[in-house]
Amino acid sequence: MTRVMKFDTKPDHSRYDAVVVGGGHNGLTCAAYLAKAGKSVLVLEKRPVVGGSAVSEEVFPGFTFTVCSYVVSLFRPHIVRDLELPRHGLEIIPLEASFSPLPDGDSLCRWGDAHRTRREIARFSAKDAEVYPEFSLAMSQLARFTKSIIDNPAPNPASLNPGELVQALRASQGLREANADQRFTYLKLLTMSAADFLDEWFESDVLKAPMSVSGIIGTFLGVRSPGTAYVLLHHYMGEIDGAMRAWGFARGGTGGISNAIARSAQSYGAEIITEAAVSNVIIKNGKAVGVALENGDEIQAGTVISGLDPRRTYLGLIGEEHLESDVTAQLGHYKFRGSSGKVNLAVDRLPDFASRPGDGPHLYGDVAIAPSIQYLEKAYDQAKYGNFSERPYINMVIPTLVDPTMAPPGKHVISCFVQYAPYDIKEGAPNWPQRREAFGDAVVDTLEEYVPTIKDTILHRQVLTPWDLEQEFGLTEGNIFHGELSLEQLLYLRPAAGWAKYKTPIRNLWMCAAGTHPGGGIMGASGEMAAKAILRKYAA
Amino acid sequence: MPIGTPFHRRTSELCTSLFFTDWAGYHTVSSYDTCHEREYYALRNAAGLIDVSPLFKYEVYGKDAASFLSRVMVRDISKLEIGRCTYLCWCDDDGKVLDDGTVSRLDDTYFRVTAAEPTFSWLMRQSRRFDVTIEDSSDRFGALSLQGPKSREILKGVSDADVDKLRYFGLTKAKVDGVELVISRTGFTGDLGYEVWVEREQALQVYDAIMAGGRDYRIQPVGLDAMDVTRIEAGYIMNGVDYYSATTCLIESRKSTPFEIGLGWTVDLDRNPFIGQDALKAEKANGSAWATVGLVYDWPAFERLFDEFGLPPQLPGGARRTPVPVYDRKGKQVGQSTSGAWSPILKDNLALATVKSAYAEPGTVLQIEVTVEYERRQVPAIITKTPFFNPPRKRA
Repeated sequence: MTRVMKFDTKPDHSRYDAVVVGGGHNGLTCAAYLAKAGKSVLVLEKRPVVGGSAVSEEVFPGFTFTVCSYVVSLFRPHIVRDLELPRHGLEIIPLEASFSPLPDGDSLCRWGDAHRTRREIARFSAKDAEVYPEFSLAMSQLARFTKSIIDNPAPNPASLNPGELVQALRASQGLREANADQRFTYLKLLTMSAADFLDEWFESDVLKAPMSVSGIIGTFLGVRSPGTAYVLLHHYMGEIDGAMRAWGFARGGTGGISNAIARSAQSYGAEIITEAAVSNVIIKNGKAVGVALENGDEIQAGTVISGLDPRRTYLGLIGEEHLESDVTAQLGHYKFRGSSGKVNLAVDRLPDFASRPGDGPHLYGDVAIAPSIQYLEKAYDQAKYGNFSERPYINMVIPTLVDPTMAPPGKHVISCFVQYAPYDIKEGAPNWPQRREAFGDAVVDTLEEYVPTIKDTILHRQVLTPWDLEQEFGLTEGNIFHGELSLEQLLYLRPAAGWAKYKTPIRNLWMCAAGTHPGGGIMGASGEMAAKAILRKYAA
Repeated sequence: MPIGTPFHRRTSELCTSLFFTDWAGYHTVSSYDTCHEREYYALRNAAGLIDVSPLFKYEVYGKDAASFLSRVMVRDISKLEIGRCTYLCWCDDDGKVLDDGTVSRLDDTYFRVTAAEPTFSWLMRQSRRFDVTIEDSSDRFGALSLQGPKSREILKGVSDADVDKLRYFGLTKAKVDGVELVISRTGFTGDLGYEVWVEREQALQVYDAIMAGGRDYRIQPVGLDAMDVTRIEAGYIMNGVDYYSATTCLIESRKSTPFEIGLGWTVDLDRNPFIGQDALKAEKANGSAWATVGLVYDWPAFERLFDEFGLPPQLPGGARRTPVPVYDRKGKQVGQSTSGAWSPILKDNLALATVKSAYAEPGTVLQIEVTVEYERRQVPAIITKTPFFNPPRKRA
């Protein structure tokens, strides 16, 4: 399987039915659907590779990193099918376990094997061990009700338009089937903090801490901040291989997903060019008619679709002069405030955890450095005042275990998602480069408390701060989800009230990425639904 | 009670799940852990080592070995070159399949046959007028199947063979850790892969050498559960699952011909007489009653069916070997699906089926039975050419 795809840097034509700005996974998904429907489509990507944040790159010779994103859960199965992605090389391999080492030499590992998990949890709490499957069942039931929300455009709650009402009914269909208990649980999930919600079910900190972190990933909130419980549901919504499965690796890193979508888009005739940075959308009489590239070239388009985040789309591609002040104001309040960084390691052997030595199946999943709720709160405390956490939450995966081609034989790559690393450090975000290596050291020092030999094994290290995520990957303020996934920025409010549904105030300019419903994560849903909305417009 | 294979000491130590099954009277690992998934992905992305020693093996030596095997087998073995292996089947006088397996030519007058079922007496009975010696070497050799995209690199590291030169279905003598053995570029996973045939006394030494050499390539010991998923993806049929050896059938209708089980391509009809030739010629002229086909479930319909019950789609953990009926669109039964599996790599629910030949055209939509909440229902399934999964590296 060729991992590196080559693209042209010049378009074949001067006009396209649709020009997609940004070759992230959503932009590519949108392009593939439009091309499949027979439209002439051009994707313009600024970087030399496609994928946006779903990208794999050979950062050091022989070592391919899943540079930014690292696991996949909610990628929509119908997109996989519609775009024939397996044929184009997509492979998602389920994570086997969730391993949480503890500083005292103990550890907790949650497995696919229910009884093994029960025995593991029982070492910390016999009660929790038995509640755990009940919790999973309750979450799985709710997750099912939530699926229709993800797979449909967010309806406008303020509209009496029959079409909107039908959509609202469709989106809420699942919940209407829920019983009273389930609805109460759902309300709690929407309003409570992850830690408080878990407190209602479990007593063991060792179990609650790694479970609670799903609520804070990508947000500038702590596990005790209200509204963080909701994301717990997402862990039970994943669908891998038709079954409700939590998380998976993409073979070849998450760039493997983007490359598969890119190949699919190309197979339908879409053109993808790289190293083609767009400076702005060309707007005439309130209507998008094309794009201007940074090199001065112009390309005409019937429709322009932005795969960039809301701020970059509105204030960058469109420009404030084309917007009404209330829109500009709403966008000004839209929260990015990235809170995480990424450390990728090339190592000469597998990490040997003090709490569970050797090369075992516990490594074939994600490793969470989240030993207690208090640990996570302390990590957040530092971030609140403009520091990165000295002892951060780390979510580690080792993709070479399932795809040995990502490193030379016997060597491995380790991907570490790290939180908190606030965009606005007290030295000021542009000074992140001076703090970058100190941040990397904090991560490695933290790991050393669990893997005493880790420093001896590191051959290369790549540290990405929120500043780097913004500068290199175009993620405003380093937010990995194109804006926080907090309730006030979801559904019809994403990215701004009145401008959901992939539309913008500029006619023929659409949005298709994580800054639209249903939001961030490698889902493809925004790209697909944007394409479908555009095609409906064409048909009308 | 089953007995151990030459590799049992290693495989039983590694099999922490204690999930064993009986394969031809041998303890064989189903999956080393409680789930076969890691093993499946190793086969498709790295490498897996499968103990396939329970295969029956026969050495055929002698001046007439080639003409004897040409008489017994549906293929003209006299054309098989030295250092080549071929897949085929053999029939009774009525052209009904007895078994499928391989024939390897080790020398001008020395062949090895592999079979799924005991075949010694059948070979002996047919050998009377030939100058051949037949040895049942089933217990003399252990067999390991090293499969997966990294299998070549592993074998290059541990053996002295010119592995790069070993073509698909080629074989060569080689040494691994000083042990003389035979390597064939064969397997049952539809991937890049090799099989290693070694005298039982040296079996463990070779096992250890391959596992050690494979460590850097993430080799995994692999059991039959993972192999079963890959063989369905590869569209390979199994004796006793997708068809039955004519010698085991109580009733005539259970028997099959090579054409009916999708092995018509292995039959060389126009040549010196071979067993079953007349019947097969007649069938070729008149058409076959049955055909073996691939089926792909209509997944959205499958999902909708489960959704009716408020359930996410449910799939068996591994490959299915329980047959289910297959119907035409009007509800008339036209055959049966004998095995199936969800393919994690193709993201499709696959099945192998035997259907009346009028319904065997690729693209034909049939209905397959699915049981949901104790209710027998049907979903559409489309006839699809096999192999479902056919990566270029398989033949590379």
